[in-house]
Amino acid sequence: MSSPSVQNILNRHNPLAEGNLSRVAQIDRSLRSPVVFFTVMAALWLVIGSIFGVISAIKLHIPEFLNIEALTFGRSRTLHLNMVAYGWSFNAIFAVSIWLMHRLSRAELRNGWVPILGGIGWNLTLVYGMFAIAGGQMTGVEWLEMPREVAPVLGVCFLLIGLWSVVAFSRRQTTHVYVSQWYILAAMFWLPILYLVAQMMILWFPARGTVQAITNWWFGHNAIGLFLTPVGVASMYYFIPKVLGRPIHSYYLSVVGFWTFALFYNWAGIHHLLGGPVPVWLQSAGIVASVMMVIPVLVTAINFHYTTTSSQAWGAIWGSPTLRFTVFGAMNYTLSSFAGSLMALRDVNAVTHFTNFTIGHAHHGMHAFLTMALFGAFYFILPRLAQREWPSAAMIHLHFWLCAIGTIGYVVVMSIHGWMQGMQWNAAVMTPAQIAAAAEPWNYARTICGSLMTLGHIVFCAHVLWMLAPRAEKRQGPTLFAR
Amino acid sequence: MKNLYLIYAGVFFTIAFSWGGLVLSSQIQQAGLVPVASEEGGQLYPRKASGYAIQGKDVYISQGCNYCHSQQVRPAGMGGDIARGWGQRSTVSRDYILQDRVLLGTMRTGPDLADIGGRQSSDDWHYLHLFDPQITSPGSNMPSFRQLFELRRAGATPSKDAIHVPPTHSAAAPAGYEWVPSERGRNLVAYLRSLRLDYNSPEAKLKE
Repeated sequence: MSSPSVQNILNRHNPLAEGNLSRVAQIDRSLRSPVVFFTVMAALWLVIGSIFGVISAIKLHIPEFLNIEALTFGRSRTLHLNMVAYGWSFNAIFAVSIWLMHRLSRAELRNGWVPILGGIGWNLTLVYGMFAIAGGQMTGVEWLEMPREVAPVLGVCFLLIGLWSVVAFSRRQTTHVYVSQWYILAAMFWLPILYLVAQMMILWFPARGTVQAITNWWFGHNAIGLFLTPVGVASMYYFIPKVLGRPIHSYYLSVVGFWTFALFYNWAGIHHLLGGPVPVWLQSAGIVASVMMVIPVLVTAINFHYTTTSSQAWGAIWGSPTLRFTVFGAMNYTLSSFAGSLMALRDVNAVTHFTNFTIGHAHHGMHAFLTMALFGAFYFILPRLAQREWPSAAMIHLHFWLCAIGTIGYVVVMSIHGWMQGMQWNAAVMTPAQIAAAAEPWNYARTICGSLMTLGHIVFCAHVLWMLAPRAEKRQGPTLFAR
Repeated sequence: MKNLYLIYAGVFFTIAFSWGGLVLSSQIQQAGLVPVASEEGGQLYPRKASGYAIQGKDVYISQGCNYCHSQQVRPAGMGGDIARGWGQRSTVSRDYILQDRVLLGTMRTGPDLADIGGRQSSDDWHYLHLFDPQITSPGSNMPSFRQLFELRRAGATPSKDAIHVPPTHSAAAPAGYEWVPSERGRNLVAYLRSLRLDYNSPEAKLKE
């Protein structure tokens, strides 16, 4: 940590120094209320949603644990998914995308109350939706479990929030457009269309037979692929070069990455229905698209790899909270995407489909990649908005290790056990009860890993609230891992 | 790539392409599917569900059964669905055309239920299994669904609705009482028993 160049890089973390750039400070001031609002909402949902995840995990090895109707496995598991998806990741993405878009466009947010209004509506509607799920008013459609009456409200609120990315882009004061801006613009455009079509074709005017299932996975996979992932990628594209102080390796590659991503991700969702009662040509198209996803992922990985290696600033990557979380997320974006392509292959899918392998993969993408990358973004953004540093390096340490060990452990446990589960079901020798009994040690391990992640989330949430508390003392200089 | 309209044109094209290719094309393809009879003038399949079964499906959804149980049988050669006896044939699109909500499922913590009504045709088995899975399937990690039953004062003779919980069971009804399924419980079992894959479809024939 002693080399001067590393210290220089890390000093870029100093929000107070950056605050002197008056134009940037002005933009940050205009963003403060909405971004802080969404961040706090996200952190709170993350903690509550994770606790429901742990409750659901425990139920798999202690079936009678908290066995009341409102918390039966089917509901607690659904509460977990909806809270972390719509509560944590959507709120977090609103925060990060609003901030990134205005910063990159060098535009101020003139009407901050509009996204806050949308955010209040969004979160109140979610609370209503969660109580509805606990009360059994579920739709049974994965990723769209909240009763359909939430849809118009959520839709309007989303537009009130998402619109500002487009407004900021239109008001941009820069001549250059950066790759992160494309991803955010696309995400804010794709999601409302996906949501509208899925609501209409599944819940309001149900399509015929398994067209519902096709629409469901076109939506479900694309809500991740065309909304959560692009903003996660946008965030990594911004923070890796930003903190290292280096340009991105190749503009050309980022263009190729963006358009192949847009083209192939769209068609990949059908791999959730392989072997199912849907046209076989669709399944083949889904497999092809899933495998083709190797291209955008590889391109992005190459871009990140050369940007980081050319800096030679390994100490900075390890020492900066933003970079450590973001690079962790970037590596897992590559790994989980490759795993996803493999899982779409027919022979692999015959084993992994319907097992814990898929659940492990979902957490690989949603937690090890997206959530960790978003944490990285928050470690950079919040001090600039609050004009105050993170109070405790120890808490960031604790947060990182709890989440990193928890998430990797979870993916490993679920992948090994999921494969075993698939082989056991397919061999048709063991009875369902024997398969459940064989799962028990793995289910315990899953609970432990999930609890580690949850503890990490509690540390993060507490740290955010502590930092924003009016009486928190101001630290001088950036909070880094390095001493 | 600086022009907002050009970016949006491309972005719109990609999603319109996938929607047209995946969703719209299958809607057109499935529009022509209708129930068929295996012989002239015979029963049309898939059957229309009974009113009880339709209400039972709402219970199935509200209890979240579909998060551990799928309702689809993959063809022989892909997984062990057929070998396990989860169906005498694979499921095809036509099997689902009369359903308001299709519950294919994505997870099998427990077995597939596309043909559960064919495999387990006894009401009593279903009631005991829902009351406490350990009675019928020791070692299962399915929770009990006691909320679908009512403890009722027994008459001089046990009512015919009473379920046969083993007297040694920790939740067995005390003397003078009996466990009976609630309306929701009865509807759910009617739904489960309606899940049968016992007919030929032009796209998939039952095993001989």
